[in-house]
Amino acid sequence: MIIRGTHRVIVQGITGKQGTFWSERMMEYGTKIVGGVNPKKAGTEHIGVPVFGSAVDAMKGLADKGDGGGFDVSILFIPPMGAKAAALDAIEAGAKAVVCLTEHIPVQDVMYMMAAAKERGVKIIGPNTAGGVTPGECFTGFMPAFNEKIFRPGNVGIISRSGSLGTLMCLNVVQAGFGISAFIGIGGDPIIGTTTRDALEALDAFEKTDAVVMVGEIGGAMEEHAAEYAATMNKPMAAFIAGGAAPAGKKMGHAGAIVMGNKGTYQSKADALSAAGVAILDTPMDVGPVLKERMG
Amino acid sequence: MNFEEHAGKPLLKAAGIPVPSGGVATTADEAAKIAGPLGKVAVKAQVPTGKRGKAGGIKIADDAAAAKAAAEAILGMTIGEHVVEKVLVEQATAFTREFYAAVINDPETKGPKILFSTLGGMDVEEAAEQDPNAMRGLAVDIRKGPALADVKAMLAGADLGGVEDAVADLLMKLYDAYAANDAELMEINPLAVTDAGGLIALDCKFTMDDSAIPRHEETAKSGTPDKLTGLEAKGKELDLKYIELEGDVGVIANGAGLTMTTMDVVRHHGGTPANFLEIGGESYTKGTEALSLVLDNPKVKSLVINFCGAFARTDVMTDGILKAWEELKPTLPTFWSVHGTGDVEAVAMLKERIGVDPLPDMSAACKAAVEAAKNAGDAK
Repeated sequence: MIIRGTHRVIVQGITGKQGTFWSERMMEYGTKIVGGVNPKKAGTEHIGVPVFGSAVDAMKGLADKGDGGGFDVSILFIPPMGAKAAALDAIEAGAKAVVCLTEHIPVQDVMYMMAAAKERGVKIIGPNTAGGVTPGECFTGFMPAFNEKIFRPGNVGIISRSGSLGTLMCLNVVQAGFGISAFIGIGGDPIIGTTTRDALEALDAFEKTDAVVMVGEIGGAMEEHAAEYAATMNKPMAAFIAGGAAPAGKKMGHAGAIVMGNKGTYQSKADALSAAGVAILDTPMDVGPVLKERMG
Repeated sequence: MNFEEHAGKPLLKAAGIPVPSGGVATTADEAAKIAGPLGKVAVKAQVPTGKRGKAGGIKIADDAAAAKAAAEAILGMTIGEHVVEKVLVEQATAFTREFYAAVINDPETKGPKILFSTLGGMDVEEAAEQDPNAMRGLAVDIRKGPALADVKAMLAGADLGGVEDAVADLLMKLYDAYAANDAELMEINPLAVTDAGGLIALDCKFTMDDSAIPRHEETAKSGTPDKLTGLEAKGKELDLKYIELEGDVGVIANGAGLTMTTMDVVRHHGGTPANFLEIGGESYTKGTEALSLVLDNPKVKSLVINFCGAFARTDVMTDGILKAWEELKPTLPTFWSVHGTGDVEAVAMLKERIGVDPLPDMSAACKAAVEAAKNAGDAK
């Protein structure tokens, strides 16, 4: 899902060093942060918003304040071994979406979160994502949304498994004279809540988006699944797949980025997307010319 | 983290799955000693890779003397890229059929999946070629675990020759072993039907989720750490993700995706990367360590430093690299591309401290580094 400036957001782990720093940046940019969670600091105030003992308490406490209801989205600045409990708390509270930034959460914990979220119809974004940006409205996570050279508002939607590479792609799109409608960081883990295809469907439905750039990576089959949907889309699309030069059988930084035998290869992904009419970029710098050609 | 057969089987046994009696030997004499009371044995190379049988790493021996000879032949042989340093000596099992059973993490259903096939004792790929429909699967809700009735339904119609209930029971136990040990993969291939009509696990392939190792410290001790080069081991000590590659263009970047892409673009311009090294995320303060690691590789002839800051601040990363630079004063031709969080400060710092301007983008930086490496090669 695309998080908008109107969504009410809480931050679980708001009082930590990174939680504080990035919550302040998000608020400055326009993200409507209405509260935070830290069980040890319930009842206090931090960077201008109330701190609750749990997301469940936050939902009730914020609703009781009567200034617009509980919250829609929770962002998790929580260490790996605590992420499952925090996510379950947010799901129980009735969040519409949970943005899970944490890397190195045990996969069985992630699967538990996914099963609970599915049952309650909650969207999970991540884990292991740098978050998302809706330029001119809000951002979630730790993205340099406030850098105008990278996130100028516009009509190109970007999907990326990697925060740094996604940021670079946005920069290249903006340098080519375009702007960004939404950046969706889906995360680098092997099992994630919002897949490449889910993000693609969201951007296809998002009225501010006229073209989509997908940044994929070797490993898994998400790009291949997204290609099936891409074939049905009218909006022009380009894709860059990272890891063509990576050796097989080694995890390239992201737990999800590993080629096993002939599965998850660069070629398999490039072929599937190409067959769906997606322009394959040799380097991220090629995005400008391709968008100019495809967007007319 | 991968576990060799001898380290995985005790976990099956703990979950109530029968495995052959035996022990691990690192010398032929030890192998003979273990074989003594067991009678006919299988002597099996212990390496973290498949296809041991085809490579000659598994031999059947009738008695202790034959086991000794088999161990002598197997110890020291190379399978894949692994030198065999130990063998598992196990009582040989007479069996009538071989099945396949596993529990995996399934990205499609985002949950555990139980797999079973009557085509065991061969590669999964090979079995799929023989009969693409032989593999049965059951997606499990990890919050509840599998229900016996669902496992039985999954097996319905399979030609199991009377051991249906035993297989269903075994799959429940296999799931327990998977769940208890935070497995990414817990596999038995082959799962044999003995002459007596029982089931026994003749092999075990277990991979533990690396992120879960902190809560399995004891079990993890019997896992096989990744084979690392000297520099990779040093990188691991510094808590940096460093992978040594064949080429001569050094790479430092932030974030896994950007680092992979930097390698791709080096290759796009006709060069070959010397390493994968990312200092993004939590490691973005480790610029100093990163630079010395790259410089320690004698193959490196040029270097591209590519930062695109989000969480990782480019000024902090640049400052870290510059600290090492000022101390080590390297002569290596180095090309920078710096964008994102903190880039204005980072670019000013580069100019002021080492008189360097970054190139306009990563493609230009990679191209320049590839040319510099070629020129350095030509000069020699």
